Amino acid sequence: MKLFVNGKEIEVPADAMEKRIVEFLREDLDLTGAKNACDVGACGACTILVNDEPCRICIKLVKDFGGQRILTIEGLAAPDGTLHPLQQAFVDCGAIQCGYCTPGMVMTAHAFLLKNPRPTREQIRSAIFKNLCRCTGYQQIIDAIEKAAPHYQKQTKARKKVEPVVA
Amino acid sequence: MPELDKKSWRNDAYAKVTGRAKFTDDLKFANLLHAAPVYSDYVHAKLIAITTEKAENLPGVIKVLTAKDVPGTNRFGQIIGDFRIFADDKIRYHGDVVAVVVAATREIAIRAAQLVKVNAEPLPAVLDPEAAMLPGAPLVHENHGTNIVNTHVVRRGDVAGGVRQADFIIEEKFQTQFVEHAYMETEAAVCVPRSTDGVIEVYGSMQHPFSTRRFVAACLGVALSEVEIIGTPMGGGFGGKDDTAAIVCARTALAAKLLNRPVKMVYRRDWSMRESYKRHPYRVHYKMGVTKAGRITAVQCRIIADGGAYCSVTPWVTWRSTVQCCGPYVVENVCCDTFGVYTNNIVAGAMRGFGSPQMNFVIEQMVEIAAQRAGISGIEFRRRNMVRQGSVTITGQKLDGHKVAMEQALDTVLREIDYEKKLPNCARGNDNDELYGIGLAMSYRGVSLGAEGVDFCAAIINAQADGSILLEVGVHENGQGAESAMSLICAEELGVDLHRIRYRRSSTSNIPDSGTTVASRATIMGGGAVTLAARELKKKIAGAFCEKLHCAPDEVRFKDNFICGKTDRERIAFDDAMRQMWQMQQFPFALGTFKAPRVTWDEHTGQGDAYFTWVYGCQAVELTVNKKSGKVKLLNAVAAHDVGRAVNPEMVRGQIYGGMAMSAGYGLHEEVKAPDGKMTTLNLNTYRIPRSMDLPEMKVIIIENPDPVSPTGAKSIGEPANEILAPAIANAIFNATGQRHFSLPIRLGALPEPTACEEGCK
Repeated sequence: MKLFVNGKEIEVPADAMEKRIVEFLREDLDLTGAKNACDVGACGACTILVNDEPCRICIKLVKDFGGQRILTIEGLAAPDGTLHPLQQAFVDCGAIQCGYCTPGMVMTAHAFLLKNPRPTREQIRSAIFKNLCRCTGYQQIIDAIEKAAPHYQKQTKARKKVEPVVA
Repeated sequence: MPELDKKSWRNDAYAKVTGRAKFTDDLKFANLLHAAPVYSDYVHAKLIAITTEKAENLPGVIKVLTAKDVPGTNRFGQIIGDFRIFADDKIRYHGDVVAVVVAATREIAIRAAQLVKVNAEPLPAVLDPEAAMLPGAPLVHENHGTNIVNTHVVRRGDVAGGVRQADFIIEEKFQTQFVEHAYMETEAAVCVPRSTDGVIEVYGSMQHPFSTRRFVAACLGVALSEVEIIGTPMGGGFGGKDDTAAIVCARTALAAKLLNRPVKMVYRRDWSMRESYKRHPYRVHYKMGVTKAGRITAVQCRIIADGGAYCSVTPWVTWRSTVQCCGPYVVENVCCDTFGVYTNNIVAGAMRGFGSPQMNFVIEQMVEIAAQRAGISGIEFRRRNMVRQGSVTITGQKLDGHKVAMEQALDTVLREIDYEKKLPNCARGNDNDELYGIGLAMSYRGVSLGAEGVDFCAAIINAQADGSILLEVGVHENGQGAESAMSLICAEELGVDLHRIRYRRSSTSNIPDSGTTVASRATIMGGGAVTLAARELKKKIAGAFCEKLHCAPDEVRFKDNFICGKTDRERIAFDDAMRQMWQMQQFPFALGTFKAPRVTWDEHTGQGDAYFTWVYGCQAVELTVNKKSGKVKLLNAVAAHDVGRAVNPEMVRGQIYGGMAMSAGYGLHEEVKAPDGKMTTLNLNTYRIPRSMDLPEMKVIIIENPDPVSPTGAKSIGEPANEILAPAIANAIFNATGQRHFSLPIRLGALPEPTACEEGCK
């Protein structure tokens, strides 16, 4: 079985199929950004993107992800380390405190903005509903997501321009 | 290099936002073993035997550790040494750990833990703190002789006389709940025996590296220098990663030491919630004498704090409650009796607020009730009684060493939320389906530890020959941004760019023991130490270069990465100066020590200068209550806090938003449930901390009155932010519904919950 993780093709060893995917990513691939904070899918700290959809992986097995396109927090910044505009907005808005929820929160926000690049604050609030943060009261996280939205608007525009050619 | 944005800068932001920050569970070592704790199902029982053979025979299990494996001390505590590394004589609560299994994998350790058998003789459990105080109650600690852990008093003036002056007496009883810190990262430790010299390196999630080191060293029976606690990013603490977190480290270190291999123990959420200490539930009986003119003439109160099975810091928590038992109000006649009590409930200890959230829930409702009786507004009542410049507190402390900003904070919030205009719109239980209410609360708070104990802090600045600077301070990065604040203070004081400063990975083998990073003391104590270290360093540098700069040492100035003489033309670049000092065989190295100014306390009268300075804050909230469902929707919240000086304004705002959120949870949702002493809220799906949709948009106003006793001018914000939104919500709910709520969390709509007493006395 193959996985596509952060743009790389990964061959999954047979004995890893029954592992929880959060453990496979953290232990076998050393992608420790996704955190395992509740084991029951209640806190969102383990959120990654699977085919652009947010997915809480502490309750899922590796075998559920055959052929899927996975994006973890480690794959969001540019290869040279330059932060993605969403990450930069988290830094600029003071949205980071202890940082334990941050990777899951950023990934949830990324998936949301890909779909809805012109959100209201209320929509942002509801988009991160499943991600718990104990430090920030979410205020600066919402500020950051709002601040990053224009970047996604530009992206959507660019994609729309390309689409007719492809069709 | 462009100067970094100082308003929101954090040294760890990049690592955290990219997922590169390595928390304890993310660390990997060769030959790593894994450990898991073993609990029993008893609440109170005499331990007879622990049978480990079956667990030890499971393939992959290396060893099962119990109390008999502890070479040093098995008992610890910051105040009373009653905590156990492993239960050794009795089980005192449902979270007591009897053994730890060490295995090749975490899964095997967890499986084996279920195979450890505990044989014990059940004892009658005492779960009600008031019942625990009665003579003849089962004793939690026989050698303590009583279940009363500690008492505190305030005796001021003449309460009987104060009552006679009063036109009416308000008397109410309040009750609060056990609350979980719910840090996102659970307790965790990795301990590594260093092959070269056998020193045990500890990487872990704890907010008191020095007490962790004490616990570990004493448990292993080795010197403090044989244990090194190495700073590791920590996923939140909120006061909760002191005792329990240190014990988790001690157990892990024991396994590493005995097996001479690295061992990791990462707590599952249910272990963390079952074992870790909580915020104390309080029962408060409060009487207030008030005149028709709206003056408080007397307060009499009796405070009972359920400390659970071990002492932890109950005496200190209840001391703050005692000192602040009248809130920010001047009361001439006070009689307060406070009791910390042992029960067989889960342990209660430090949690953000430290004895103030409970009392503010009481006081800030009492003043509104009193105002209503006096026929004046709650705001006017507060104005007539609040502390002002030169006021004397209920413990006899004159507030004159700093700006008393109580009214400034109140006025700021009133203006920002337009309180007095909105107040008449409150529903007071009218016929609407959605009942609108607005409410506020305010507090003052003694900064840092006060008379709780030793309060000093160290900072080391070590400038390098190329002009880069290594900084380390005896405060811990709990996630709040302490390292960043320290770096900002250092750069500013030395007149150099922030990017020169590298905050050293902290180590208890390098920086002197500066106490615990609690009590909102990091910025004032650590920042004070950094400032004094920087001044010391500047003195050395000035001495080395004053001649070249043609001025006296005290005329040398530090600005814009230069060391300047009387004019800006005579100057040496900081890099050059550091290189030259190396050649002159002088170290640009300084240790700064900031000692908290003197405090005084008389335990018999409860009088003294309890804290060396105070902070002031006010928060208000607007909400609606749905009459049918009882659902409370928070619409808007505003906070104003005097922080002395905001070193990193965005981080200050973050502290306040987060504090308000946590206090909203305290007011409306959060409750650790443990019928019969066995906890049932064991994960984040049953213990409900606020989610984004539970919270309103929040507005924060930072008030800056630099404090003369603080070398940086900065004071505190972590806890002040977390102690008043719950009472503000209670007041707003009253204004919406016309109903007062005397217990937390506030439950509306549903049938009244059984009281803890009925539950506890089963």
